[in-house]
Amino acid sequence: MAFNLAEALSSIVTQADAADWRAAIRLAGDGLVLGGATTDAYTDEMIDAVEKHGPYIVIAPGIALAHSRPSPAVLTGGLSWVSLATPVEFGNKANDPVNLVIGLAAVDHDAHLTVMRALAGVLADSSAMERLTAATSPDDVRAVLRGLASVA
Amino acid sequence: MKIVAVCGMGIGTSVLLKMNAEKVLAKLGIDADVEAADMGVARGAAQTAEIVLTSQELAEELGDVPAEVIIINNFFDLEEITEKLTAAVE
Repeated sequence: MAFNLAEALSSIVTQADAADWRAAIRLAGDGLVLGGATTDAYTDEMIDAVEKHGPYIVIAPGIALAHSRPSPAVLTGGLSWVSLATPVEFGNKANDPVNLVIGLAAVDHDAHLTVMRALAGVLADSSAMERLTAATSPDDVRAVLRGLASVA
Repeated sequence: MKIVAVCGMGIGTSVLLKMNAEKVLAKLGIDADVEAADMGVARGAAQTAEIVLTSQELAEELGDVPAEVIIINNFFDLEEITEKLTAAVE
């Protein structure tokens, strides 16, 4: 079955306000919790990961992939989407400031590969990304995603 | 050729990096095995790999390994990955 990222997003928040990178990750974590994917402990784990390993989760200009490892705080795989009204500094020299935080939770190292492939396809599409980061409602985000080619 | 894509957790950024590196390698016609790994696994895997792909922050954390460490800034910039991999392979 064709798979579209729109179906994988357990929560979408657009043009959110975050005071700093911790607040931005917390919004992505709240989205995972709301979507039933994780407990609040996973949000803390995502923040701890950046404190421990640095802001490497800012994987491309303006985009942070907040995540931690599979843990008891992960109930099921999930993906949350938070676009920020005002970009936030994560401390990543090459790719700051961040205006999109994607929260990722996975139960193991393989289960989420279809989701990751779809995500990679979307994040590599710069014209789609422009429309996605400008979107002002969750419906807008889903509409743009549904308009993109699905991953088989 | 063995290549390791490293991230802190082994489920997120390294998986994306692996996918994009495989695209680039296929285009370049290079036969390579790309493995996604977290920092702990990577320290071991980097002993036998020829190339390590990672970010600036994690390269510093990984420290000295026998493999050639390539730092990728934009994980979705296939041109950047192509350029750096080509330079490393030659």
